[in-house]
Amino acid sequence: MMKRWKAIKRLGPLFIGLSFMLSACGRADLSTLKPQGTVAAGQYDLMKLAISIMIVVMLIVFSIAAYVYIKFRRKPEHKEAPKQVEGNFKLEVLWTAIPLVLVLVLAVPTIQKVFAFGEDYSADKNAIKVKVSSHLFWWEFSYPDYGITTAQDLIIPANKKISLELKTMDVLHSFWVPSLAGKTDTNTDGTVNKTWIEATQEGVYLGKCAELCGPSHAFMEFKVKSVSQESFDLWVASMKEPVQTIEDPAIAEVFKNQCLSCHAIGEQGGSVGPNLTGIGSRESVASILLNSEGSGQLKGSKPVKDNLIEWLTDPQAVKPGNKMPSPKEDLGLTDNEIKAIAEYLANSKVSY
Amino acid sequence: MDWLTTVDHKKIAILYLVAGGFFFGIGGIEALLIRVQLAKPMNDFVSAQQFNELITMHGTTMIFLGVMPVIFALMNAVIPLQIGARDVAFPFLNSLGFWTFLFGGLLLNLSWFMGGAPDAGWTSYTPLSTNAYSLTHGVDFYTIGLQIAGLGTLIGGLNFLATIITMRAPGMSFMRMPMFTWTSFVTSAMILFAFPAVTVGLVLLTFDRILGANFFEVSKGGNPVLWQHIFWIFGHPEVYILILPAFGVISEVISTFSRKRLFGYSSMVFATILIAFLGFMVWAHHMFTTGLGPVANALFSIATMLIAVPTGIKIFNWLFTMWGGQIRFTTANLFAAGFIPTFVMGGVTGVMLASAPADYQYHDTYFVVAHFHYVIVGGLVLGLFAGLHYWWPKMFGRILSEKLGKIEFWTFIIGFQLTFFVQHFLGLIGMQRRVFTYLPNQGFDLMNLISTIGAFLMGVGVIVFLVNIGITSRKPVGAANDPWDDGRTLEWSIPSPPPEYNFKQIPLVRGLDAFWKEKAAGHTEMTPSEPVGPIHMPSPTILPFVMSLGIFIAGLGFMFTSDDFGNSFLNFIFNNYIVTGLGLAVTFGSMLLRSLFDDHGWHIEEDELNGKGVKA
Repeated sequence: MMKRWKAIKRLGPLFIGLSFMLSACGRADLSTLKPQGTVAAGQYDLMKLAISIMIVVMLIVFSIAAYVYIKFRRKPEHKEAPKQVEGNFKLEVLWTAIPLVLVLVLAVPTIQKVFAFGEDYSADKNAIKVKVSSHLFWWEFSYPDYGITTAQDLIIPANKKISLELKTMDVLHSFWVPSLAGKTDTNTDGTVNKTWIEATQEGVYLGKCAELCGPSHAFMEFKVKSVSQESFDLWVASMKEPVQTIEDPAIAEVFKNQCLSCHAIGEQGGSVGPNLTGIGSRESVASILLNSEGSGQLKGSKPVKDNLIEWLTDPQAVKPGNKMPSPKEDLGLTDNEIKAIAEYLANSKVSY
Repeated sequence: MDWLTTVDHKKIAILYLVAGGFFFGIGGIEALLIRVQLAKPMNDFVSAQQFNELITMHGTTMIFLGVMPVIFALMNAVIPLQIGARDVAFPFLNSLGFWTFLFGGLLLNLSWFMGGAPDAGWTSYTPLSTNAYSLTHGVDFYTIGLQIAGLGTLIGGLNFLATIITMRAPGMSFMRMPMFTWTSFVTSAMILFAFPAVTVGLVLLTFDRILGANFFEVSKGGNPVLWQHIFWIFGHPEVYILILPAFGVISEVISTFSRKRLFGYSSMVFATILIAFLGFMVWAHHMFTTGLGPVANALFSIATMLIAVPTGIKIFNWLFTMWGGQIRFTTANLFAAGFIPTFVMGGVTGVMLASAPADYQYHDTYFVVAHFHYVIVGGLVLGLFAGLHYWWPKMFGRILSEKLGKIEFWTFIIGFQLTFFVQHFLGLIGMQRRVFTYLPNQGFDLMNLISTIGAFLMGVGVIVFLVNIGITSRKPVGAANDPWDDGRTLEWSIPSPPPEYNFKQIPLVRGLDAFWKEKAAGHTEMTPSEPVGPIHMPSPTILPFVMSLGIFIAGLGFMFTSDDFGNSFLNFIFNNYIVTGLGLAVTFGSMLLRSLFDDHGWHIEEDELNGKGVKA
């Protein structure tokens, strides 16, 4: 046994190396190995503990296996069969007890964290409440305390607990921002979930839908923007300002008749589709066409207007199976009208 | 024709093997198509809809129609021999179980040609799997196909329970049973308790979809989370139903090729039963993110972690079986030796997943995909390959080529590690599962490509195996009774392949590893427990085939009862339940025939036995 502990001590530096190696994996705004929020950090600690235990277990088993496979090969002089061993009570007790102890070591922080992350902050005055509604294939975020609703980009102040209430409007989805917190399913009425997230720094984090929800499941992404408290207040105020209307009365008429029956912008419009207020300042169009105006300036991104035109020209090509009628085919919009509406939407910005 | 009417467990084993191999091939092709699509970001090799059909059918096919029947093939081929029986308890049911499984599987795969395969994932979570969101008949094929195939599994499980309880040779107490028989016994018991759950679930979903019921419809008082509970109350034990027989195979192979008895036999038995018991207690660990609340999540976390204890017992017992032994690395044993570290990898990630707060991150990502492929492919499939190579001579009287076997092993296991090891990291850096494509520059590109290359290497391994079978089957039958020289259990005491009646005289079992014991005492045969006498055999019958065909027709008819075919005749026979009724009439008719006409079977007479016994 002593020898084994010595081995573990010697392996210590290896684990430190391992955690560096792990944290070199993936993008900071996406990887679970580079946590940027309180919950994700706690989960990462648990992962590190578990991985360390498991590496020790694997090293022990693999070394015994390697030793056995090499040492006890059958040789030509082996005419007689080896001694038939029935078992060994002490050894068997030993390898029942060791896993039990290891499991216990993992179980204690597991239980602590289950309860910590299951905390309900919806009655906490300091927490910001957000109602998350998932739709095929987009996300709606409404802030009941501020009376505003937005889609796709969830704006939150940094270092503040955000209490989320999650519900789906159609099939089951799962709300997941890997670098901020693990996922929570969005269920139907009757099993509505609550959870919380907290970003410890300002930044933009990538969120994903993690439950198979249909053809465009892969494209049901969203962003969480963590900003300073001042910016957040500014954003709230900006979201409530009246929205400019389209100058050209003909286009304005088309927009009102064809788009606002489902979408809302500012005070006007319906709530079937994503809320379009401030869509020009979002990170992406339809969650997969990245805007070059966005904070990341990622490779492959295009100006928001171009992305809007691409989306409005053929939504099914961008996001198969989505519920929006095709502006050209179904609603009879011309290319010029699409261009004008895209232009207008691209200029609909909010400040923060 | 002989194959359609056979009730001989050895022939049914071969039928299961061929059918299972066929579906395994289909599932494998689906897997390769999935990997091609994911080889690079924003690929458009298949559409989003086709991709969802592929993943659904890959999972469903592999679990229910690929590995399950191969397990049943091994169980059928080996168990009666290992316990010293002449057949299974209910030969007629055995055949019925096979045919319902086959027709269920065929029905499920017909969906590819009849307007769309199931597309809601192999778990078919509601509401995605309801009519409102799954627009084709795909999920109907899923519910009805699996219902019919599941019937076969349940029948098979019951049959093995009865066989093992009642038909052991004199002297074979429970604690003298070979490990493979033990694990198959426990598996059969698990089938008995788990499959009724999925049967109920599938009935509810069928009712929702076809008859307009509202079990899962929220606006009418239903609840989609209910489906998840029902599914996983079956689904979790199912993974142990799959893996336990593989544990049994590994125990047999390792001890034979180390020339040592299994280390800690009684703790192995105890561990098997404990795994089965805990297997039923932990279904909710598939649902940590569903929102069951901290108390449930904590309890299910701990219960799940506890499974590591009996599993650890097994791993160390295998290692110590080899310790001090004389290990021969035949292909079968290579697979068994490869199984241990690979399965340990799958096991440790399993414990990691059991920690609920961490699982909020792992769940539904490629980390989980990596985990369960390590368990199911790295555990079960390696175990099945070990078992197939090990028992092939007993089943077919021919030894598979060792040279090809070794090529097969190395390509398969290297391909496997390449495919699935990187997927752990894909999941940890944020790639969710079941996505038909992904945007570039997320750090996913290279690892996905490696994974695809690995998958094709595994494909090569499987092809080498098929070539091996092809070449071997041309050789004459000539394997010895005990081709590995170190056989320990009863099946190695009789000719390969065994005669129809298995044992001319039922053997007397005088200890664990009965045949090894006799050999150690200097005997070349088992001591018989009865004089030579006429052997009663069941008659072959076509009825199981016809019964299953009837259910198949009824299922197909039921699925289209509310469809408009644009053809008045088709509309008439489907919409008025005429096809359904016809199918059920065929099934119940053959049941009636079976009940009305007593079939007493036939006898193999003594003199015939004496002539035949030596020849085979």
